[in-house]
This record gives sequence, structure tokens and C-alpha cells, in this order.
Amino acid sequence: MSTGKKLPTSAVSGSWRRGLAAVAVTVAAVLSVGTAFAAKTDITIGMQLEPPNLDPTGGAAAAIDEVVYANIFEGLTRFGSDGSVKPALASSWEISEDGLTYTFKLRTGVSFHDGSRFDANDVKFSLDRARADDSTNAQKQLFTGIDTVEVIDPETVKITLAQPNGALLFNLAWGDAIVLSPDSFDRARTEPVGTGPFRFSKWAQGDRIEIVRNDEYWGEPAKLEKATFKFISEPTAAFASLMAGDVDAFPVFPAPENLPQFEADPRFTVVVGSTEGETILSTNNQQAPFDNVLVRQAVAHAIDRKAIIDGAMFGYGTPIGTHFAPHHPSYVDLLGNSTYDPEKAKALLKEAGLENGFSTTLKLPPPSYARRGGEIIAAQLRAVGIETEISNLEWAQWLEQVFRGKDFGLTIVSHTEPMDIGIYAKPDYYFQYDNADFQKLITDLESISDPDQRSELLKQAQTIISEDYVNGYLFQLAKTGVASANIVGLWENAPTQANDLTAVYWKD
Amino acid sequence: MLRFALRRLLSLALTLVAASLIIFVAIEIVPGDPASYMLGLNAQPETVAALREELGLNVSKPQRYFNWVGGMLRGDFGTSYTYRTEVTPMIADRLLISLPLALYALLLSTLIAFPAGVIAATRRGSGADLAVMGSTQIGIALPNFWFAMLLVSLFAIKLRWFASGGFPGWDTGLFAGLKALTLPAIALALPQASILARVMRSSLLDTLGEDFIRTARAKGLTARQALWRHALRNALIPVLTIIGLQFSFLLAGAVIIENIFYLPGLGRLIFQSLTQRDLIVVESVVMLLVFAVVLVTFLVDVAYAIVDPRLRRK
Repeated sequence: MSTGKKLPTSAVSGSWRRGLAAVAVTVAAVLSVGTAFAAKTDITIGMQLEPPNLDPTGGAAAAIDEVVYANIFEGLTRFGSDGSVKPALASSWEISEDGLTYTFKLRTGVSFHDGSRFDANDVKFSLDRARADDSTNAQKQLFTGIDTVEVIDPETVKITLAQPNGALLFNLAWGDAIVLSPDSFDRARTEPVGTGPFRFSKWAQGDRIEIVRNDEYWGEPAKLEKATFKFISEPTAAFASLMAGDVDAFPVFPAPENLPQFEADPRFTVVVGSTEGETILSTNNQQAPFDNVLVRQAVAHAIDRKAIIDGAMFGYGTPIGTHFAPHHPSYVDLLGNSTYDPEKAKALLKEAGLENGFSTTLKLPPPSYARRGGEIIAAQLRAVGIETEISNLEWAQWLEQVFRGKDFGLTIVSHTEPMDIGIYAKPDYYFQYDNADFQKLITDLESISDPDQRSELLKQAQTIISEDYVNGYLFQLAKTGVASANIVGLWENAPTQANDLTAVYWKD
Repeated sequence: MLRFALRRLLSLALTLVAASLIIFVAIEIVPGDPASYMLGLNAQPETVAALREELGLNVSKPQRYFNWVGGMLRGDFGTSYTYRTEVTPMIADRLLISLPLALYALLLSTLIAFPAGVIAATRRGSGADLAVMGSTQIGIALPNFWFAMLLVSLFAIKLRWFASGGFPGWDTGLFAGLKALTLPAIALALPQASILARVMRSSLLDTLGEDFIRTARAKGLTARQALWRHALRNALIPVLTIIGLQFSFLLAGAVIIENIFYLPGLGRLIFQSLTQRDLIVVESVVMLLVFAVVLVTFLVDVAYAIVDPRLRRK
């Protein structure tokens, strides 16, 4: 057995060592090339999810808008960084006295990236396509109420409504309402052709999308020459990509626990802004015992929002007492309706005949606000006698079981669509809130365009759902981004999920 | 030898048919609908129905199975639900990263494991042997994702020799591509090399104790000649088996490393497609991987037969 011991191996290891040394020298030599810098006119943006395709009129994925909104595609109106609605392809508009006709004056001298002229026919085509019977627009409800879209002349479009809709200009600013050309709309998924300040250049699937400046742009040209969106799903990889300088900005950084480290580093700025995401403990209003308002109220008082925001979001997030964005001018602070008070929660349960508590399901989709928040909420509910059986679901399962199947007691989800309080007027919507007064209020709201009256009704709507304790209102999701300290002009807030690069540049 | 190969090929074909059925059934029963996933929380029911129609999801399941298998026989995997592009070029693009990465890692692992295994076996009990055994123990115990993170923090963040991840594309040059794959390949190779070195060592030790080695020495061969001419070749069989298994694992199982280095490889494609219920992509990639595993097994079997003529008759 000892034969092996005496075998000479110095020849083997000697040549091996020499080989290794050679490899090391080559690697070191080659690696030192290619680190020279030029003045920066390009940017690399990190995103956690890759868009499935690039057509914002054919899918709900936020990642689509995060690449194309305002960069490649434009609509008649658009959102500013503060959430206001601004003119885009329409330079101005007139609204008739009865609020039923909107006449849009279009910009002239606008062309699509393939060189074709933009005119009123493109607008009509796009809006008709979005509201057609076989439309696959994920936000088709934006266009309900539009009766006809007429081309008056190449620079004028008239939209006639079946009933007044005070939110029309707002609705047209969504990414789902962008204008496509009939010649190139079917290519939008993979090679989008729009009118925006950037044109599509390249998509290396799974890795990155590149866009370049459109020198024919009708408006003020972009300052950057090129932008690259890189898709990095793993939070530790996102961290490393910024630290190694491979990514210049991560507008929605996936790991809030790393933010203090970036804050302490002078190379970076941490940008904390607001989003339209109301994060709620959605409650099945038709399932016993949640069909009893006392039980829902008890749940609301059992929740300590601060503990959830600190524990699940590392302190980022604004508490909400209703389903409405706190930065909106019409927001009403209704946190007082659901203060953290476990004793009151127990008393309410007793009043509802459930002094021994009850058990229910808590179904959690993948985002960390839900998974981490869910554990904390489960503990808080247990303290007042409500046992929850937690199950972690993928999004597709969540959509099937919770959203479509309505098979849940409680779930946590962030509703990221702007101004979506109208979902409470749909009795079929997964939390199944059915209140005729509220439904009438929303119908009234849709037909009013006077800003003061609208604001008044919006306040009433917020109050009704807060006092009915439809869902547990937790917090408004914060937008926590990290960017190189020399980048100027990135959106701080997210009035819609977008990375508008129009005004972004590097300072020296 | 030919009959041996033909027999193996037949069993390969049968395995593939069975695999295609199992994959299809297993993946189709997963709850979740790609159309609902794509359209999100505000979509109206009729919009979802329209999209299902457009995607061809209303076709019956047996029909879908036959369309899928029929397409694959012609080299056409169909169209992805979410990306809406052909699956075949999509997989080809990912293979252009996964395959070189797997080969790169395998090469590194072999280059480390062979000398280490030989040194350890031939100098059994020496300091070198102890060093190999100790370091391979650590190599096996170390989770490769953690090792990958260490590599990133040293070579990407501190030294800035490498990018922290991503893949520039082969069109930027062979060197740029290989450079991007270097850290991931090292991270993947380390545990594989550790396993392989240990297998090499024990297999060689067994062989070196065999009678024919003593005979060879008695014939007048030096210890080194006996090692190179007789022992190594006979010790290779278990090593080849492990290499075959490792290659399959590296091709399919690199998903965690691909995520850490955000490489657009096959593992990430499966992961992403499964999340989005892009079932046709999942089915096709899994089928392709099964094919690769079966093929590698076949090649390893053939390699055994070449190394050891006795196996041809079995």
C-alpha cells in the first residue's frame, strides 16, 4: 500500500507552478487595461426586475415603464416629477362647458424614431387600440367613458366622452396611454419606436437595455448621450454593483438595510422619496369574521405601524390611515381612527363575541414589505388573540388564490397605481368591499372636473373607507434610491413608476 | 463498440420521451396564469380573456403537449408568453453564457483537482497530502455563493480588477467575455475541484495498491512510469463519473452564482420564467437540460468503454 509514497512528483508540481505564474502574469497585465475615463455622458441605471417586454400598452409590469416612460414613449399628457399633469405631445387643450369634449392641439414637427411624422391619426389609432374589445391594455379602465376619438386635422384631436370624466388628463398621462404609430406598434415589445428624447438601441436579454439620445427630438434634447438599464435581482449583487462602480444609480434600491452604509459614503447620495404605493393589510370583507366591522376595527387597533415600518422597512415609509397618498393635496390624516391600542382591540373582539380570539390565514406575496411585515403583524395580532396561519406565495400563486380566487383572510400588498381609491367601488375586487354609498360617491367623482369639488369628494371617500376599516392601512411605500453623488436630475419621488432621464446629467 | 453505443442511444431516446411527459405534466399543474401575471391588479376580466386568447392559452393541454414536442423535433421551442419572442434564440443566447461558464469552471476544477489529487495520493500522509485534504475539506464546506461574495468584495469592490457582474456580450471580444466569466467560474469551480481532488486521490490510492502496479514495478518500471502508464488510466473511471455529474450540475445549477454575478444564463432564465409563469420557456429549458444531462451521461458511458474495454460487453 505504501507504493504511492515514494513516487516522485516534483516534475508535476514544478511545471504546474510555472504555469500558474504565467497565468497570473497574463491576467494582471490584461486587467490593467481599460480603466481610463472620459467625461461622462452616459449612465448605467440598476433595476431589480427586467421588463418582460417594452410595450407599456400591453402589460402591467412596472419595469416596462421604468425603462420607456418619458424616455422612449410619450402620450398626450405626462406626469412631472411632483406628480402634476403636464402637456406632452398635446401642447394645449380646451374642455367644453359640459365637460364632455376635449380638444387637443398637438405639437408640430414631431417625428417617430423611425422617421415617420407624428400626427392626429397616431393619437386616434393609439386610443382606439387601447379601448378596443380585444385590447390587452392592463389599465383599460383609464379609457372607459371615451365615446369617440376624432381627427379634426393633422394637428387637432377631439375626444368625446359619454359622461364627464374629471380624471381624463390624468389618465392620459399614464404609461398605458402612450402614443404609438400604426406602422410600428407591433414592434413595441422588442424594438420600441416612440417620439421621446431617447431612442431604443439594444436589448441583451437578461442583462441590459441600452437607449441613446434622439437628436431629432422636438423638445429640449436630453443631456445624456446614452443610458443603460442593467437588471440585477439579487440585493447583495445590487450593493456590490454600486460599490464597484459598475452601476451609477439604483433608483429603487432593493435592500433598505444597506442604505445607512451608502449614506455614510461620500461617493453616494441616498434619495428617499414618496411613491403611490399604499401598503395595506388587505382583508376579505366577505369572509367571517371579517364581515363584521367590529372585527376589522379590532385588527386596525391591534396593528403597531411604527413597529412594522421600523422592522420591515428599516424606518422608511409614512404611516397611512386610509387608502390615499399622504403627499397628495387632498389627503386627510385619519390615523386617529386606528391608533395602536391592543386593549381596545381585545374589547372590540369581545363586543363582536370573539373574546377567545379566532384564527385566519395570512397569505404573503414575495416583496420584503409583505414577508417581513407579515411576521410582525402576525405577532401583533397574536397579542390580541388572533392566530394567523402564514403562507408565503409567489406572485402567480397570489394572483390565482388571493386576487382571483378570493381564498384568504388577510394578505399584505402595496397598491402602486396612482389614485386608485376607485377600487373600493368594485364589489368584486378581491377584498370585496360592498358599500352602495361609496360606489355612488365614486360615480359622482368621475363626472366632476372642478378641482375643489373633486378634492371634497376624495376626502369623503377616504373617510368612509377609514371609518369602515375596510383594510388595515399600514404605510405609504417609500422610494429609496442610491445614486452616485455627481448625478443630477433623477426623480426623487415616483408619481408613476418611471426613470425619466430627460433632465439627468453629471456634474463635474 | 458500435452495438454498445446504439443500445445506449435507444435508452437515451426513451428517457427523453418520458422526461418530456413528466416535465409537461409537472409544470402545467403549477397554479398560476401567465396572462393574469402580465396584466396585474387593475386588469379587467375581459382583458385577461383577450390576452389568453392572443397567447394561445385556450388550446387544450394534450394539444399543447403535441404542439410542443412536435415543434422541438423541428428545433422550434415555440414563443415565450411574456417576452413574446421565439424561445429557441432566447435559449441559444443564454446557452452562449451558461455553456462556456460550465466549461470554464470544469476546466479550472480539473486543472486544480488533478495535480492536487495526484500529489496527495502519491505523497500520502505527507504535509502536501494534509494540505490538500484540509483545503478541500474547506472547499467543500464553503457555500459557493458566500465564496462568490468574497470574490466580489475583493476583486470587484476593493481591487477593481473585475466588474462585479454582468456580461458585456461575446461581440465585445473573447477576452472581455472570458473576463466577465472568470470570477463566477472560480466560485463555481472551487467546491467542484475539492470534490474532484478527493475522488482523484482515493481512486488513485486504490489503484496504486493493486497487484498490477506491483507487477509493473517488478517488470522494472520506475514508480513514476507505473503511475503514468498504469495507475492514472485505471483510476480515471470514478473521476470521469464525477466530472460528468459536475458538468450537468454546472450547466443547470449555476442559478445562485448567476444571480450573484447577474449573468444572463440559463439558470436565471428558468427562475425568471417560472416566476412569470412563462411555462413554455420553463418546459423548454428544463427539457434542454435533461437532454444535456442524458447526453453527457451517454458520453461518459462511451468514455468508460474507451478507458475500460471490459465495460463494452456488459
